[in-house]
Amino acid sequence: MWLQGLGKLLLVAFAILIAAPLLIVLFTSMKSTAQFYASPLGLPESFSFHNFKQLFTGQPMLRYAANSLIVTVSTVLLVLGLAVSIAYGILRSGRRLGGVVFALFAVGLMVPSQVNMIPIYTFIRQLGWSNSLTGLIVVSASVLLPLSVFMLSGFMKTLPREILEAGEIDGAGDWTLLARIAVPLCAPYLAAVSAFLFVIVWNDLLFPLLLLSSNDKLTLPLALLQFRGEYVTDYPMLLTGVVTTAISMIVLFVFLQRYFISGAMAGALKG
Amino acid sequence: MRRFWRLLPFFLPGLLLYLALFVYLTVTSFYYSLTDWDGLSPSYTVIGLDNYPRVAEDVVFRKAFGNNIKFMLAVVLAQTVISLLLALQLTKQSRLHVALRAFYFVPTILSSVSVGFIWTFVYDPTLGMLNGVLEAMGLSSWNRNWLGNPRIAIFSIAAVQAWAHIGQMVILFVAGLQSIPRELVESARLDGATRLQLFLRVTWPLLAPAAAIVVSYTTIQSFKAFDLVFTMTGGGPAYSTEILSTYIYNSAFMNYTFGRAAAASVFFLALIGLITFLQFRALRTDRISY
Repeated sequence: MWLQGLGKLLLVAFAILIAAPLLIVLFTSMKSTAQFYASPLGLPESFSFHNFKQLFTGQPMLRYAANSLIVTVSTVLLVLGLAVSIAYGILRSGRRLGGVVFALFAVGLMVPSQVNMIPIYTFIRQLGWSNSLTGLIVVSASVLLPLSVFMLSGFMKTLPREILEAGEIDGAGDWTLLARIAVPLCAPYLAAVSAFLFVIVWNDLLFPLLLLSSNDKLTLPLALLQFRGEYVTDYPMLLTGVVTTAISMIVLFVFLQRYFISGAMAGALKG
Repeated sequence: MRRFWRLLPFFLPGLLLYLALFVYLTVTSFYYSLTDWDGLSPSYTVIGLDNYPRVAEDVVFRKAFGNNIKFMLAVVLAQTVISLLLALQLTKQSRLHVALRAFYFVPTILSSVSVGFIWTFVYDPTLGMLNGVLEAMGLSSWNRNWLGNPRIAIFSIAAVQAWAHIGQMVILFVAGLQSIPRELVESARLDGATRLQLFLRVTWPLLAPAAAIVVSYTTIQSFKAFDLVFTMTGGGPAYSTEILSTYIYNSAFMNYTFGRAAAASVFFLALIGLITFLQFRALRTDRISY
């Protein structure tokens, strides 16, 4: 009995450990700087959105959000398109050819993206893509491709072969089979993989840090990092930035929870 | 052969991108490690393998390597134990359990920059919540400069890494626990097994594959934790939180020793390759299907 009580206590304690930092950050974002220094841990005197107004007038927040959205959506679509067609190719080719292509990408799984930060920086500069969202999209897509191929081809193997074969007998070509049969059958899994990739790209700091420099190109995490320089020791403004950038993701999570969670599981199991 | 030509269009675009950026750049990384390039000058010379002993003897590199091992051990231990304990209480598909699992998951979807700033604030020695709470509980002797004290800073960041990813590991453990057949647990209980016996003899052996996945995933994650460390301390104070990935970044883009940073990258790659290989082998033998 006491063991069960201990278990419940643990659940509550961890919930508090998650909630407390998030709440104090939310409260701090509603305080003025003077109010914050008077009582750093107290409740805000009133629900004031003054800091948010100041943030949106002082910073091109919508520009940053748009950059993040452009980069994330394009990267996810690009990776999914490429990975789905490769996974289909692997599924439809014989043991040897499919095996070679699969092994090629499996090797890539072992290379952490941090290893290539130097050549990525110099290569993108040589291509003339430094400080462009295009460069960032291409780099992010190439880095995420091995994992996506691995995840998708693992899933496609579980599809019933007979359906594709039946389609083939009815005279459907490869592109038709892919678009009309394979993709619809994979749809829920594709949604989970998309959510998984979305979180990675949306939150990434390293590649934007390496590849973007001018103010109009920053993504949200990079912009947030820059705020620290501008709002030195001004916690209320800095944390207002944190709340603003976090809120979009949390809203998305509330509505698409299922896909986020199964995506994270797929990523861990295969990656 | 006919099949090859027929399927080539499916492979080609992805393969080209992969070869052009991923494979070619990994090879380039090797090449740079053989040069004395500073990253700025238009010309450089190939100096052979000289960068490797120089990196291996670099005090900061050794420190970064040691820190990374400390960081990994702390994160793997905390993250695995805590998430397992939580998962054991959350195996049902009831509304409460589903909601709690989702709530624990929330930090996972925040960016490392956000998480880093949230905790920089919590850890702040004078304004932060942690010291404030300790003081309120009459434990002010426990107050620390969590990120400013070189002896504990790396562990303070490790705690944040675990905080942010425990929710994800809970999900993995719960999936493993739910896949354990109920009859097995029931029959052991009927045979008079105690709670502890039940866990040690039935649950744990069947959970081992899930635990293996959690441990290996967490290990790799803790070597890749660039964003969090870079945001919170940038590797300081006095290199006490420098890990391998921040060492590479700092020696390339702060000190402009590209050749040496590339040599460190190659070393990093070898290390991760070794770990991934070991993990692949360990997981293949006792793979479980969910």
